[in-house]
Amino acid sequence: MSILINKNTRVVTQGITGKTGQFHTKMSKEYANGANCYVAGVNPKKAGESYEGIPIFASVKEAKKQTGVNTSVIYVPPPFAAAAIWEAVEAELDLVICITEGIPVRDMVEVKDKMRKAGSKTILCGPNCPGIITPDEIKIGIMPGHIHMKGRIGVVSRSGTLTYEAVGQLSDLGLGQSTAVGIGGDPVNGLKHKDVLELFMNDPDTDAVIMIGEIGGSDEEAAAQWYASECKNKKPVVGFIAGVTAPPGKRMGHAGAIISGGKGTAQEKLAVMEACGIRTTKNPAEMGRLLKSVL
Amino acid sequence: MKIHEYQGKEILRKFGVATPRGKACFSVDEAVKAAGELGGKVWVVKAQIHAGGRGKGGGVKVAKSMDEVRQYAGQILGMQLKTHQTGPEGQKVRRLLIEEGADIKKELYVGMVVDRVTQKVCLMASSEGGMDIEEVAAHTPEKIHKVFVDPAAGLKDAEADDVARKIGVPEASVPQARSVLQGLYKAFWETDASLAEINPLILTGDGKVIALDAKMNFDSNALFRHEDIVAMRDLDEEDPAEIEASKYDLSYISLDGNIGCLVNGAGLAMATMDTIKLFGAEPANFLDVGGGATTEKVTEAFKLMLGNPKVKGILVNIFGGIMRCDTIATGVVAAAKEVHLSVPLVVRMRGTNEDIGKQILKDSGLPIISASDMADAAQKIVAAVSGK
Repeated sequence: MSILINKNTRVVTQGITGKTGQFHTKMSKEYANGANCYVAGVNPKKAGESYEGIPIFASVKEAKKQTGVNTSVIYVPPPFAAAAIWEAVEAELDLVICITEGIPVRDMVEVKDKMRKAGSKTILCGPNCPGIITPDEIKIGIMPGHIHMKGRIGVVSRSGTLTYEAVGQLSDLGLGQSTAVGIGGDPVNGLKHKDVLELFMNDPDTDAVIMIGEIGGSDEEAAAQWYASECKNKKPVVGFIAGVTAPPGKRMGHAGAIISGGKGTAQEKLAVMEACGIRTTKNPAEMGRLLKSVL
Repeated sequence: MKIHEYQGKEILRKFGVATPRGKACFSVDEAVKAAGELGGKVWVVKAQIHAGGRGKGGGVKVAKSMDEVRQYAGQILGMQLKTHQTGPEGQKVRRLLIEEGADIKKELYVGMVVDRVTQKVCLMASSEGGMDIEEVAAHTPEKIHKVFVDPAAGLKDAEADDVARKIGVPEASVPQARSVLQGLYKAFWETDASLAEINPLILTGDGKVIALDAKMNFDSNALFRHEDIVAMRDLDEEDPAEIEASKYDLSYISLDGNIGCLVNGAGLAMATMDTIKLFGAEPANFLDVGGGATTEKVTEAFKLMLGNPKVKGILVNIFGGIMRCDTIATGVVAAAKEVHLSVPLVVRMRGTNEDIGKQILKDSGLPIISASDMADAAQKIVAAVSGK
């Protein structure tokens, strides 16, 4: 088992004809069961063509009808990415993973509002995220597959390379991962830490979770408080928050990584997590060892 | 992206928000001329810099004669204005706003941001205008009223009126307050703002509702659809290193320490800075080279870091994924040679083609210190910088 995706997931790539979409679709197709999982691409102008043996359809709906896809991955450029998310939602896919970085916040506010009002059951992951991987089964996104190892640790994170760092440390210690989820660094997004934590808590094949956050917002606090009230002692969770040294008012790369109005500091997040029973470290080189110590 | 107060007021006026009449000026003579054209007996001379807290720093003066306009304009133009947001060195004042005086009866606060929890625009309003709103929020949170605006419907009449009454707008002025609040919301939404603040919003003696200040920030990801706002950018107000970095698609922020960091990925870059601090030193910058770092980008990154005279050492931390370690190593070697690197350099590499990358660094003949993990890297650079 795993969460969100497994070897039976069937994926459509939105933006399969762009350079990024092509590169990562090829890499993902070559990973584990990828050849069976990647079954469709979308481009209204190139319907009927194919890429790497993957047929291209005019719309997500058409791709679903013809191939039975249940998940989409989006590499569409920022001005059109929110519309691509909505197209996947309208096609009633189970999961949409939006890799695109740089989508205007207003576009995300609009599409999330439409999803809520439509009562959509589609789960959105991202945008501006590395994607999701269930090691040895399927990789959907831009993460390097080879650093992962199949196992029983859940990973959830707002950043890309910092997730790889945590995964690399776990694999070095012989601790494989059940699923690693990058939820992205944008202020208005889909899956939150709490949502992913809940999935891991209910996954019989995940024994412990590493939660990596960064400055800005209060998602990590919300997840920690939920954990404290619902799941303490169920499965251990450890955490790290990046940005102890970040000054207020400065956006640290990610649109969501900003301390404003005295809120969203790393210190505050770490304190809440500790108070909620989540062990934390201030040394990112120790994330893997910290997790090992609580098993 | 940030803009000046006078530019924010121009935008607000387009959306029907009343502001005092005023004019942006770049010299003392222009300021005097503007005051003459505005007429009246009282003028406000306001420093235009992007930082807040200008009044407390001496950047806002009320002039009661033309001589005073000339005197204050002369004092403020060119001064290094220090506020709690500028840092100790202050910000040079290059522009002024000359405005007609206002008859202030009451000062209110209104602001807007995108709320991450509800994923809607949040209107915040308070009867406690003119003050630092963070202080109000901390000490008397009950005095801040919030409305989460439905993105499809916009700010409704009833919502605007309700908020106006809650912050003490008298009944006769509620319709005016409504148009200010709805205008502010429309301005925020249609310009892709990330922050819009009127502090203070004033009630005048004759019951008018006027924006005495205007602060607007914009979502940099949406600037592609707002040429008019991009045209308002004032590069004098931005860090030259950050401007230079943006030309090469590098995400760079200057900080106060002495260890330069070059990292791929924003989260890992912050974590690297934190590790430096953990081992007793301070980072000189945040620098994310992004996913597609070329030799050119890495060289520019080195030039940026070394352009800061405080930098006494550099830490490169790369987790190679799609970007391979050998590519980065080649870039680092080329950059170090081109800039004739004279400070200690510690490189930590993990991931794709890690061994080839390390070999390239070793074969370069450069005195590059190799590190096994982030903590090791931070300890080595901190030791090298402190001469241990």
